[in-house]
Amino acid sequence: MIIEGRAVVIAGDDLDTDVMYPGAYLNIDDPEQMKPYLFEGFDPSLRDELGDDALIVTGANFGIGSSREHVVQAMKAWGVRGVVGKSFARIFRRNCVNLGLPILACPDAAEAARPGSRVRVDTDTGAVEVDGQTFQAQAIPQLVLELQASGGLVPWARERLSS
Amino acid sequence: MPHTLAEKILLAHTEADDVRPGDVVMVRCDVVMANDVSGPVAFRAMEKMGASRVFDPSKVVMVADHFMPAKDARSAELQKRLKDWSDAQGVMFYGQGRGGIEHTLLCEEGWIVPGSVIAGGDSHTCTYGALGAFGTGLGSTDIAACLVFGEFWQAVPSTIQIEFVGEKQPFVTGKDLILAVIGELGVGGATNAALEFVGEGAEALSIDERLAVSNMAVEAGAETGLFPADEKVGEYLAGRTDRPWTADRSDPGAEFVRELRIDLGGVPPLVALPHLPGNVVPVADAAGTKIDQVYMGNCSNGTMTDLRQAAEILRGRRVHPDCRMIVVPATQRIYREAMKEGLLDVFVEAGAMVSTPTCGACFGGGMGVLGAGERAVATTNRNFRGRMGSPEAEVFLANAWVAAAAAVAGEIVDPAEVLAGVSA
Repeated sequence: MIIEGRAVVIAGDDLDTDVMYPGAYLNIDDPEQMKPYLFEGFDPSLRDELGDDALIVTGANFGIGSSREHVVQAMKAWGVRGVVGKSFARIFRRNCVNLGLPILACPDAAEAARPGSRVRVDTDTGAVEVDGQTFQAQAIPQLVLELQASGGLVPWARERLSS
Repeated sequence: MPHTLAEKILLAHTEADDVRPGDVVMVRCDVVMANDVSGPVAFRAMEKMGASRVFDPSKVVMVADHFMPAKDARSAELQKRLKDWSDAQGVMFYGQGRGGIEHTLLCEEGWIVPGSVIAGGDSHTCTYGALGAFGTGLGSTDIAACLVFGEFWQAVPSTIQIEFVGEKQPFVTGKDLILAVIGELGVGGATNAALEFVGEGAEALSIDERLAVSNMAVEAGAETGLFPADEKVGEYLAGRTDRPWTADRSDPGAEFVRELRIDLGGVPPLVALPHLPGNVVPVADAAGTKIDQVYMGNCSNGTMTDLRQAAEILRGRRVHPDCRMIVVPATQRIYREAMKEGLLDVFVEAGAMVSTPTCGACFGGGMGVLGAGERAVATTNRNFRGRMGSPEAEVFLANAWVAAAAAVAGEIVDPAEVLAGVSA
């Protein structure tokens, strides 16, 4: 799968899911209603940069802490196309894979990207292009590739239930 | 081939003939748990999967604890949905007044046995490692798949073995041991790894203290934090569970990605400074920091052991006039035991507020959140910016001794000084 988008850069390392979606708003279970609180504890103005062409670029160890899926649900509700970062915390990465939001660890690409950079990602080969320069993302395990190809855990489960 | 304890537990829960770190396998769950935050989101995903029933109602448990008691109508509706869903599925539901904070509760109630795998819709599911179980935190869609199929996908973690040698110093608890580990590894140092705690210093820890250690494994990025089960676990489980279990440990010659040896003789009471659990310094380095609120509780340090330590400091003393204190026993059972033991009276007498079990202010949900410019000492597990309320508040993580001492002094202080009567 090829995804292309405009880089929305979230600067810094070790950013946690609390600042990405503060606990006070966890009593919301409808993704549409989660949208206004994404990035609320970090930089609410980042929401103005989102849109259905946005591709989020992060630093190292992004998404530490809480398992709250609200962060990724809200990103999806905003139309975010994918996430490229230096590295990710485990549960955040899982949540992206499970919700069908392509996620790739590619430190060089994350370093090269600037706000507004054009980013093109081949999720099958792991090639990440930033403003015309190509980088290679870390290999993705087969089962994770299959999940991504299905569009996430929900369609994967639906297929499994119907077969 | 020799295996680590984490590998052995996972191998026993897969169809694979063998597992090695990095392999992605489907892992069967013995228990699937979610709460009032993760549960309702998972139920939506489960519906979208086209599934209507859980794989095995006897292996599913729901706990209302995060916004419990409900802080507003929306929270009340989530808890109602959690209960209605649980009733419809015929699964165990622990609601208001009948349970407490999920991780302490599930151990107490005998859901967790050594060698088992627990998929929990909460990142601190790693707490169950204290009983030798592979507990691991998952997001809601993962939980939905677990509810439907009884399994989740998992990259087999490598293992970092932590050996605690020597004896703990006075006023040092399990909290300090895990803070020392996180300080050493960093908040991402154990990503894709499981922690394993061994050595005489690990064996000497009570179950309550092991719970505190394992609870914060995720703060180093780990998948879980395992103590090999021993006689103490056997004694703890006696009368709590009829689930079968066997004690196990890593094979001789098993490969660890990193081995870390911590001499407890050199570990003083510690504090994690804002805004990361890895910003760890000796309490002396933070001494004199004025504190507006002390929060004692949460899934890491709301046990009888913690309450007794705090009570020892607060007995016959008062919470500083410029400070407020909230004490949150982790479960109804602990609440009652603390009441019978007279500890709650000690806290109230000292001017602290005693809350019923709840996750509450630990995650900024309610029941004691912080305002801008305020500072708290908390026995909780996270001090991220805004974690307990305002992004302009600061949270210092510490053990129960240090927390109670800070309440008395109105500032961070070595608990030995408060007990010795040295006015801060």
